[in-house]
Amino acid sequence: MIEFLSGLGRSGLHWLAVLGRASTFLFRVLLAQDAVVRRFRLTLAEIYSVGVRSMLIIMVSGLFVGMVLGYQGYITLVNFGAAEALGGVVALSLVRELGPVVTALLFAGRAGSALTAEIGLMKTTEQLSAMEMMAVDPYRRVFAPRFFAGFLSMPLLAALFSAVGVMGGYIVGVGLLGVDSGSYFSQMQAVTDWHEDVMSGVIKSIVFGFVVTWIAVFQGFDAEPTSEGISRATTQTVVVSALAVLGLDFILTGLMFGDM
Amino acid sequence: MSKDPVSATPHVVVEDLVFRRGRKLIFDGLSLTVPRGRVTTVMGPSGTGKTTLLRLIGGQLRPDSGRIWVDGEEVARLSNRRLYALRKRMGMLFQTGALLTDMNVFENVAFPLREHTRLPEELIRNLVLMKLEAVGLRGAADLSPAQLSGGMARRVALARAIALDPDMILYDEPFAGLDPITMGQIVTLIQRTNKTLGLTSVLVTHDVVEAMAISDQVVLIAEGRVMDSGTAEEVRAGASEWSQQFLGGHPDGPVPFHYPGSSYRDDLLNEAGRDRD
Repeated sequence: MIEFLSGLGRSGLHWLAVLGRASTFLFRVLLAQDAVVRRFRLTLAEIYSVGVRSMLIIMVSGLFVGMVLGYQGYITLVNFGAAEALGGVVALSLVRELGPVVTALLFAGRAGSALTAEIGLMKTTEQLSAMEMMAVDPYRRVFAPRFFAGFLSMPLLAALFSAVGVMGGYIVGVGLLGVDSGSYFSQMQAVTDWHEDVMSGVIKSIVFGFVVTWIAVFQGFDAEPTSEGISRATTQTVVVSALAVLGLDFILTGLMFGDM
Repeated sequence: MSKDPVSATPHVVVEDLVFRRGRKLIFDGLSLTVPRGRVTTVMGPSGTGKTTLLRLIGGQLRPDSGRIWVDGEEVARLSNRRLYALRKRMGMLFQTGALLTDMNVFENVAFPLREHTRLPEELIRNLVLMKLEAVGLRGAADLSPAQLSGGMARRVALARAIALDPDMILYDEPFAGLDPITMGQIVTLIQRTNKTLGLTSVLVTHDVVEAMAISDQVVLIAEGRVMDSGTAEEVRAGASEWSQQFLGGHPDGPVPFHYPGSSYRDDLLNEAGRDRD
């Protein structure tokens, strides 16, 4: 019993220490954000690496998720003679929930893990130390541009996911199942509110982008400088990001929509 | 013009340095002086904190107590801005080279110049080629770090370390894992760099022969303190029992062959020993 309690305490202290280090790290990265503008070419290169290179997986996933939504939505709606409402169902599901959440999960797997591995490897091979000894601040040169790139890319990728998803739903609903094309889009327009639906999705994707990139960059920075350490940090990025995204999604949904 | 780079004031002074890593005491009142314009080698067994000492001198770590002065400035008390200004005057050669892997050899050497100067591209190109020529790797300018051998990576790192014409270079295990030819090249480069540029050089290594051959001053450290120091001849002549074991490479002596533990006989025969298996 005592051992269990002391183990619990040790684990709690460990996570508190990690949270403390992560907060200090975030504070220093945010202080270094002027480098994002001053070193804009570096930031652009990171946006390409983190954002543009994630586009394919985001678009393909968005397409399939939209197609499945179109199919599942149609099967349910047709029973109530409301198949024409398919556009609204697909759009709302994507814009409010699936767009930000699935994009954030994919983003953590694709770009987050790559960021962690890259920074972790830079630490292991003493590149970060070498920069410090060359009087180059890694917070400005390495962390700030990557953090900003992730933060900026995530909402854009989520928007892309939703847009492609809507087209996926259209292909299945209109192209294969015979829903009227005009109804698909007019229903979508009628039920989707800019503030309540679109903006809530945008806010979620901004929050997820911030959190996932913070976790990814910090895990790389905090990784034990061994191959096993990098492997563990990369896994942690994906696992912690996924849990954080799903947990935050619940909280944000409650705050934005619910009388919880 | 013929100003002697060797001045009376030491370049680095370490005074009563105490440093812990977790519960382990790495330095316990270590004091040493690095004369300006000379090659000083800090030697000691693996795990004695030689690299840690370089990181403390470079301000990447802070001592628990004691003081370190570099060029008259107390490193631990410097603001970030002044610490970075000090670091521009010191180069560091990492054991692995620590080249930036997303850049080729040319860009690696150009990196500190691009970061800290606003020189025109043509001048940067000429400076980088001159530094690469000095280490014999001008022809490798377009290679990526992954295409370099360990020795070549260290030579590129040396070219990068001298890119900003520093006053002092810290070498972390410059001879580790090199073949004899490459080791000879690195030894020559360290000597030549020291003489032609009038630099202060601080090496940490456990390669006794090479280090003794090129050092003006040798400092032997173990158990968190200085065991012996002086010129190579002085250290050899007046070496303590510990230093004799280290310099001679004897497997047993003050540093025992066996890691401390319970009695061998007891471990084989007693119940606790059996239970553990």
